[in-house]
Amino acid sequence: MRTRPARASALGLGVATLWLSVIVLIPLAALVARSTDGGLDTFWSAVSSRQAVAALKLTLLTSLAVAAVNAVAGTATAWVLVRDDFRGKAAINALIDLPFALPTIVVGIILLALVGPTSPVGIHAVATTWAILLALLFVTLPFVVRSVQPVVQELDAEMEEAAASLGASATTVFRRVVLPCLVPAILSGAAMSFARAVGEFGSVILVAGNIPFHTQLASVYIFGQVESDDPVGAAAVAVVLLALSLVVLLGIALLGRRGARHER
Amino acid sequence: MSVDSRARIGLRTLVLGYLAVLLLVPVGLVFYRTFEHGLTPVWQAITTPAAVHAFWLTLEIALIAVPLNTIFGVITALALVRGRFRGKTVINAVITLPFALSPVVIGLALLLVYGRGGWISLPFQVIFSLPGMVLATIFVSLPFVVLEVVPVLREIGDEQEQAAATLGATSWQAFWRITLPAIRWGIAYGVVLTTARAIGEFGAVSVVSGRIAGQTQTLTLLVEQRFQNFDLAGAYAASALLGVIAIATLLAMTLLKPRKDRA
Repeated sequence: MRTRPARASALGLGVATLWLSVIVLIPLAALVARSTDGGLDTFWSAVSSRQAVAALKLTLLTSLAVAAVNAVAGTATAWVLVRDDFRGKAAINALIDLPFALPTIVVGIILLALVGPTSPVGIHAVATTWAILLALLFVTLPFVVRSVQPVVQELDAEMEEAAASLGASATTVFRRVVLPCLVPAILSGAAMSFARAVGEFGSVILVAGNIPFHTQLASVYIFGQVESDDPVGAAAVAVVLLALSLVVLLGIALLGRRGARHER
Repeated sequence: MSVDSRARIGLRTLVLGYLAVLLLVPVGLVFYRTFEHGLTPVWQAITTPAAVHAFWLTLEIALIAVPLNTIFGVITALALVRGRFRGKTVINAVITLPFALSPVVIGLALLLVYGRGGWISLPFQVIFSLPGMVLATIFVSLPFVVLEVVPVLREIGDEQEQAAATLGATSWQAFWRITLPAIRWGIAYGVVLTTARAIGEFGAVSVVSGRIAGQTQTLTLLVEQRFQNFDLAGAYAASALLGVIAIATLLAMTLLKPRKDRA
């Protein structure tokens, strides 16, 4: 016989599944299904058009670069926030989340004030890859910091001391003792910032310039297709981004599973 | 000074320099530019009829999306942690998907379901009106409450709930008296994040709203429209309003975090 809590949890699962289906799954299923409305040939020609390929390529390259910079800068930031001590550390720590709290279009306005035509530092980078990189680095800043920080907190300082007392140099201790513990967290943070960068829209639409073949990113390209009343063509490129997101999430899930096994 | 402390201070300088260049200088600059000519023009720019309408519309959307995501988020978290069923990995993936997906793709997906020639046609208009904007906002801010509540539920375990059940409490009583008080700070933290995201959403709402000034224009859309119309001061003022909301969010996060972690 089923107990009362078991019945309640079956009901909960049903409600949760229904909610996720209505909000997330049905729209995404529609996206995938309707991307082939004109047949597979139309899908393929939409995805492989020169402009779409250029946009996807630029998106991938800039996102990879941003993930790599975040892996290094984020790890260093997490390290300083845990191991170092200085005045104002708590404020800096709170400030890390600012990119998550700020609306992306505001980030766009902010960067435009910095590198746009009215720049006080004399940098005019609008419609360059640099502006795109800057925007993406801004919005993805917290990911690696917040995934590495708790792991640094849990690190056993005795291991590092033991290695040092056995004559290992500071760099050797970091490379051989500390880094292996941090790698899963760094990778999952970098992967999330990659996924976020691939889909970023609000912060780049103002500063990227959206010049086809030059500074047009995939999300802006999709937006343009929707605006010019070609939702099916837009859907084809959107499906590529969706597939990319799923691959990244799968990778992170596998990393998490490996990490859990490692702990045991 | 030893090599060790020199390395430490060097790293500190590098990190703080990076944060200053990337975060502090740009944000400070925009605040300076906004208030350069005093408070009056800023106040005028955020009290125009279009701005006031955008403000209330933004609030209205958040007031519908946030409670729904909170209630269903708690139910989903409970089902994920307490339930025993296959396919948890799939549900987990679906929940994190909105974080990893471009907002433009989300807006487009809604357009293909509810728009002209879409899968579902309802008796009322969804696309280019409020329901579509609410759906888009719910989609993009869906994960927060679930992801904040799941670890807290794992941490507290279900021994107390089981004890309550043994003593004759219904599941409903056990939830209200035992579970909810234990997860309340996790929920509060998730609500803060959901609200910030709901107010700040741009891409998905931009696609489904049609950006009709005075009708379907939220605060973020107003910022973009003003910028496109070369009203830079107006765009800065509306951004500053959103910036104040973001700073309030950060404060709330900082205050709630220790309570949430203690649970």
